[in-house]
Amino acid sequence: MDLAYQILVKPFSDMVSAPDFLMQVLWDGLVSGVLYALIALGFVLIFKSSRIFNFAQGIMVVFAALTLVGFYQAGVPAWLAVLLTLAVMFVLAVAIERVVLRPLVNQPDIILFMATIGITYFLVGFGEFVFGGENKVMITEQLHIPTGTFEFKPFGGFVSISQTDLTAVIGAGILVTVLLVFLSRTKIGRAIRALGDDHQAALSVGISLSMIWVIVWFIAGIIALATGIVWGARAGVSFALEVIAYKALPVLMLGGLESVLGAIVGGLAIGIFEKLFEIYWGQPLLGGNTETWFAFVFALIVLLFRPQGMFGEKIIERV
Amino acid sequence: MDARLDLAGLTGARDPIAHGDVLLDVRNVSLSFGGVKAIADISFDVRKGEIRAIIGPNGAGKTSMLNVINGFYTAQHGSIVFRGRERRAMKAHEAVGQGIARTFQNVALFKGMSTLDNIMAGRSVMMRRGLFWQMLRHGPALAEEIEHREKVEEIIDFLEIEHIRHTPVGKLPYGLQKRVELGRSLAMEPVLLLLDEPMAGMNLEEKEDMSRFIVEVNRQRGTTIALIEHDMGVVMDLSDRIVVLDYGKKIADGPPEAVKTNKDLIDAYLGVAH
Repeated sequence: MDLAYQILVKPFSDMVSAPDFLMQVLWDGLVSGVLYALIALGFVLIFKSSRIFNFAQGIMVVFAALTLVGFYQAGVPAWLAVLLTLAVMFVLAVAIERVVLRPLVNQPDIILFMATIGITYFLVGFGEFVFGGENKVMITEQLHIPTGTFEFKPFGGFVSISQTDLTAVIGAGILVTVLLVFLSRTKIGRAIRALGDDHQAALSVGISLSMIWVIVWFIAGIIALATGIVWGARAGVSFALEVIAYKALPVLMLGGLESVLGAIVGGLAIGIFEKLFEIYWGQPLLGGNTETWFAFVFALIVLLFRPQGMFGEKIIERV
Repeated sequence: MDARLDLAGLTGARDPIAHGDVLLDVRNVSLSFGGVKAIADISFDVRKGEIRAIIGPNGAGKTSMLNVINGFYTAQHGSIVFRGRERRAMKAHEAVGQGIARTFQNVALFKGMSTLDNIMAGRSVMMRRGLFWQMLRHGPALAEEIEHREKVEEIIDFLEIEHIRHTPVGKLPYGLQKRVELGRSLAMEPVLLLLDEPMAGMNLEEKEDMSRFIVEVNRQRGTTIALIEHDMGVVMDLSDRIVVLDYGKKIADGPPEAVKTNKDLIDAYLGVAH
């Protein structure tokens, strides 16, 4: 009886009795959610246009962040370092298309997936070779990202919002909006969606496979850089960052691999729910640290009821 | 009927090659996959304004031939002369820019998108306005979008598919999917239209509709058509000239009357001990 009370009643009465704390928890969850959504978006874009599950998305985040810090440490001004890093991500996209994707056109999906694992190991090795293996500090201040905190006193309580987080949320919001408009309205955006639907058909209306792939990998590179800056500002830049990519897996299970909207909503939902669960159920009842597994369990439960994910397209096939 | 007459002015004008001249010349093309020879030293031409059929039993190399023409495959030997320009191989997206459109044996459509969006996709290659304007959907890009939309509506009227305008094509029956695919290729305003078994799997009524569309596209828009088809009745009725392939080789070439009585053709279709 006491356990039932602990699970079903107490968390909610805690939420109501301390609404300011609840707001703080929701905000923290939202910030993580935005990052999960960004990473998941990188996966979705590449999957949509090429049916490749890009294992290298996580290491691209690390690589982009390392490159940015590396340029700065080499004496390049911060703004120029960002531009140069973007250029490096572009070169990387061209190289991946040329060296890895083009020779493997029409191969089974699993082979391309294996190839992205190869890209991952290459980037780990190359990154360590060029930038060294030690942890680095993100150049947050040099990029003029504010580092203070806003403090509110709603309901007579206290909520603090880090300005870095706020910048991250706003920045990610802008990035995602531009991306959505780009995908839905421009010729290239339509081509990206078309390519995911049917390669032959896309080729026959004049869409160049190689060009679209370069663009998509470059966009994934831009997203990786944005994620790297934000996550690096919170946790430092190291190869350990790579593991946040695995956090995108439950997001993808939830949102479906093909849905841009699913990645965004799924990412936010997982960020918020895992934080709520950790604070109100995990810490008092399970000894905490539930954030490492909650997302996966949550995704599994959703999959039991909706095997195509929350937003996955139900595939209709006539035979 | 008026809408159809408007279609006549859409194509043809941009091409300096006169009606009846050679538009596409396939010269000694050979293609093999590993040790398998799909096409062996085949030459034929397609003249502007005609309907040219490519026939032959399964595995004769017909689809491979189309794939070479529109750049999906690269031939190991030989060359393709299109609109007077000789090349070893075309890239698929360049073929589109040159005015070659095609449909597929197994229907290649964007299954999740509506009929309208599928046909609009055929116009995408002609959209020229900058990314910035496209994203704002304003000014010149909006005008361009409207202009293309009008052309697409004309095609929808012409193919009598108004009622499925907003239906996702994955949900349509096969015959209609083939019609949407034809619509998308017409939206590209091709000089040369390649049709790979446009009537496969259709009932008699659908075949008659499709034949009518093909003839009208050819007569009214002046579009040159090369088609692969197994229905001999349709082929003999529609085409001006026929090339016959068997085991990757050309065994006959000429007008329907001549080909019909060709002994090799009859052997190829009815089967004889090789």
